[in-house]
Amino acid sequence: MLPRLACAIAGTALCSLAVLFGAAAPVHAKESADPTALQTRELKDLFFGEALFDAYQDEYFDAIVGLDTELKQYRLLDDPELDPFSIHFGQAEFAVGDLELSYRMHQEAGRAIEAVLKGNVSQPIKNEAAYRLARIHYHKQQFANALHALEMIEGRVPERVRAQEQFLRARVYMQLGRFEEAVALLRDLKGEKSLAGFVEYNLGIALLKAGEAEKGLQELDALGRDAGNSEGMQALQDKTNLLLGYQLMEAKEFERARTYFDRVQLSGPFSNQALLGAGWVEANAGRFDRALVPWQLLKQRQPTNPAVHEAMLAVPYAYGKLDVHSTAAVNYGQALDLFGEQVDVLTHSITSIREGKLLEALRRKEATQVKNWVVELRKLPGAPETHYLLDLMASNDYQEFLRNYQDLNDLFERNKSWLESLDAFDEIIALRRSYYEPILPGLDVQFRQVDARIKMRMEQRQRLARRIDNLLVNRRPELLAKSDETEARLRLEKVRALLAYNPSLNSEETEARVARLEGILKFQLSREFDQRLTEAYKHLQELDAVIATLQETYHRYVRSRQAATHSYEGYDDQIRKLRGGLNRSQDRIDMLMARQGRMLEQLAIHELDQRRAQLEDYQIKARFALADSYDRANELQEQRQDAQKVEQYREQVEQLKEREASKEAPAADHPDGELLPTDNPPELGEPEQGEEIKSEEPGDETGEGADDE
Amino acid sequence: MCRFLISLTTALLLSLPVLANAQDVSREEIRGLDEQIQDVKKDVIDLTSELNRLEEKLLFPSNTQAAIFVSLSGGEEFSLESVEVKLDNQVVAHHLYTYREIEALQQGGVQRIHTANVQTGAHPLVVSYFGKSKSGKEYRGTASFSVEKAVGPKFVEIQIAGTQSAINFKDW
Repeated sequence: MLPRLACAIAGTALCSLAVLFGAAAPVHAKESADPTALQTRELKDLFFGEALFDAYQDEYFDAIVGLDTELKQYRLLDDPELDPFSIHFGQAEFAVGDLELSYRMHQEAGRAIEAVLKGNVSQPIKNEAAYRLARIHYHKQQFANALHALEMIEGRVPERVRAQEQFLRARVYMQLGRFEEAVALLRDLKGEKSLAGFVEYNLGIALLKAGEAEKGLQELDALGRDAGNSEGMQALQDKTNLLLGYQLMEAKEFERARTYFDRVQLSGPFSNQALLGAGWVEANAGRFDRALVPWQLLKQRQPTNPAVHEAMLAVPYAYGKLDVHSTAAVNYGQALDLFGEQVDVLTHSITSIREGKLLEALRRKEATQVKNWVVELRKLPGAPETHYLLDLMASNDYQEFLRNYQDLNDLFERNKSWLESLDAFDEIIALRRSYYEPILPGLDVQFRQVDARIKMRMEQRQRLARRIDNLLVNRRPELLAKSDETEARLRLEKVRALLAYNPSLNSEETEARVARLEGILKFQLSREFDQRLTEAYKHLQELDAVIATLQETYHRYVRSRQAATHSYEGYDDQIRKLRGGLNRSQDRIDMLMARQGRMLEQLAIHELDQRRAQLEDYQIKARFALADSYDRANELQEQRQDAQKVEQYREQVEQLKEREASKEAPAADHPDGELLPTDNPPELGEPEQGEEIKSEEPGDETGEGADDE
Repeated sequence: MCRFLISLTTALLLSLPVLANAQDVSREEIRGLDEQIQDVKKDVIDLTSELNRLEEKLLFPSNTQAAIFVSLSGGEEFSLESVEVKLDNQVVAHHLYTYREIEALQQGGVQRIHTANVQTGAHPLVVSYFGKSKSGKEYRGTASFSVEKAVGPKFVEIQIAGTQSAINFKDW
C-alpha cells in the first residue's frame, strides 16, 4: 500500500541525488495489501464492506473509525455469533491493525499484533502477526527489533506472505550489516514474480557489500539490461545502471562505466546523474571534447538541479582543458549568472519558509489531491522554490513528517467540522424541544382517553372470545340467536310467565301453540348453530385484524411518543463531554502541528541553506576560473597579436629585400633615391627558428574553430 | 573535484537509509513527537466514533432509518460511471464516480449512497445506472424495488452487475 503522496513525490523526485540517498538500497518492493486483511470473497456485513470501500481509497481514518465502531458494537452483543459480522470479526481485527499501520499508528498496530502473539491462537496466525510486527519495526527503522520479531516465527509462515517475509528478513539483515545471510536469502528468492527486480537489486548490493564485487556487478549488470517494461522497473533499471557506472568509474574502468551510463534513459529520473557521469568518464580518459557532449545537454536542463549546476562548471572546465579559454570564460560567465539567480531564488525561498508560506501551502487541500503537488505548490504566490526541496521531501523522514503534519491538519479540520456540527445538533435539539414540549401534554391527555377506550374494547373482545370458546364445549344455541329471535324467545317466555301467573288463560290449544313456537325457535337455533358459530369465529378473526391495526397504531404512537422525547432529551451531557474532548484535542493538535511544522521548516531551511552554500562555493570557484580563463585568453590573444606582428615584419623585410634587389637597376624604381626606414624595433627582430615554431604551436586556428563552434 | 564527486555519488548510491538532513532534529525528539501524534490520532478516532453514533442517533434514529448501499458484481470488467436513486418518487442521490471509487467498488467495497428517514411501510425505490465495460461498450439499466420499512433500521444493497445489465436488490 504505497500512499499516493509517496507516488506523487517519486514521479518527480527520483531524478535527484537525494532520492538515491533516501531511497537507497535496499530497494523496497511495493508491498501488496494482505489478502486476508482487506479482501473478502463473500461479504456478510454491509458495514465491513463500507469500511473496505474507504480503505481501498486510502481513506484510512474513515475506514478505521468504521471498523472500530463495528468491532465495539459487536463486542457488546449478547449473542455475537448470530451477527453476520461474526464472519468478518477476525479479519476485521487484523484489518484494523493493517489500516492503523497505513495510517502511521504504529504503536496501536504493534499493540494489536502483540495481543495476537500473546493470545491463544494457532502458530500460523502468530507467525503472520510476528511478520507484521517486524514490518512495523522496519518502517520505524528499528531493525534489531524487527529481527527480534522475525525470530519469533516458528515453523512456516502462511504461503501468501512467505516471500514478503523472506524479503523483509533479507533487508533487515542488510540493515544490520549481515550481508552474507542476506545474500543467501535473496538467492533463494530469485524468480519470485511479486518481487521481480527488487530481489536482484538488493542481491547485487548485498554481494558488493559482502565483498563479492564481481558477482555483485554481474547481478546488477543483468538487472541493468532488462528489468521490465513498467515505469517503476525502468526507473530501477536506470538506477542500477547508474550505480554500476559510478562503481566502475571509481574503480577507474572508464570504458565499462561509459556503457552503463549510456544505458540510462535520456528522459528518465536518473538521466541527469547519468549525463554527468558520462561526461566525467570521458574527461577522466582525457577526451574533453567528447565529455562536452553530455555536459552541454545537461546544461540545458532544469536550472535547480545539482547535476546541472555541476555541469555549468564542468563545461567551461572542459573548454579550458581544450585551451579554448575565451569560450570557457563565456561559459563561466553564464554559470555565474545562473548561480547568482539561483542564490537569489534560494534566499527568497528561505524567507518565504520563515514567513510560514511552506506550511500554508502544505495545509491546502490540493496538497494531497494534485499529482506532483510538491512541484505544483511552487506556483502558489510567495511559495518557496520546491524544486530544491524535492530531494528532501523524498526522504523517508521528511515524508513521515509531511504526512504527520497533513494528518494533523486533517484531524484539526475534522474536529472543527464536528464542533460546528455539535452547534447544529444543539440547535436541532432546541428546535425539537420547543416544538414537542408544548404539544406533548395535550397529546398525552388525548392518548390516555384513547388508551382507556382501547382497553375497554380489548376487554370486550376478550369476553366474546371466551364466550365462543365456551360454546364449543357447552352447546347453547340461544347465545347465537339474532335479535328478532331473542325477542321472540323473550316474548314466548313472557307468555309462559303470564300463563303460569293466570292459569285460567291457559288452554291446550294455547299450550300447543306456545310449545310449537318454542320448538320452531329452538329448532331454528339448533339447526343454524354450527353455521352461526363458524360465522362468529370469522367475525372474531375480522375483529382481530382490526384490533391488530389498532394495536399497531397504538404501538406506533407509543414509539413516536418515545422518539419525540428521545429526540431532544439526554444529549446535553454527551454533547458537553464531546465538545470538551474536541476542544482539548484541538489544543493538542494545534501544539503538535506547531512542533511538526517547525521541524519541517527547519529541515527545509537547512536543505536550502546547504544548497545556497554550495552554490556560493560554486560562485567563488567560477569567479576564480573566470579570471584565470580571461588571463589565459588574454595571454593567448597577445601571443596571437605578437605572431601577427612578426608575420607583418617578415613581409615587410621581404618587401625590402625585393626592393633592394631591384636597386640593382639604379634609381629606376626610386627616382628620388629615398630609402625605406630600417630602424626596426628590437622586439620585432627576426625570431630564432625555435621561437617561430613555438608561436605556431598552440594551434590557434583549431582553437578558434572550436571556439566558433 | 571529479574524484570526490564520483566517490560521493557511489557512496550515496550504495548507502543504506539513514536519517536524512535531520541534523538539527534529534531522533528522540522525532520519536517523541511521532508518539504524541499517534496518541492524538487514537483520541480523535475514538471521539469520531462516538460522534458518528451520536449523529446517527440524532439524525437517523433506528425507527425511521433506511440506508441504501451500492456494490458491484463482476469485478474489474465493468466500470460504473453514475448511479441515480429515487426513493418515494424523489431523486435522493445522483452520484458520479471517481476513478478511486470505481476501483474500490471493483475490489469489493460497498458504498453507502444514501441514508434517509422514512416511516414504516412500503417505499418504492428506483435505481438507474450508467457505466462502461473495459472495451468501452456502454451499459445502462433501471430497476425497481419496494423497501419494506419495519420498526428497526432498514438496509438495502443495490448490486449492479453492469455487463449483464442487471440490478439485484438485497434486503439486510
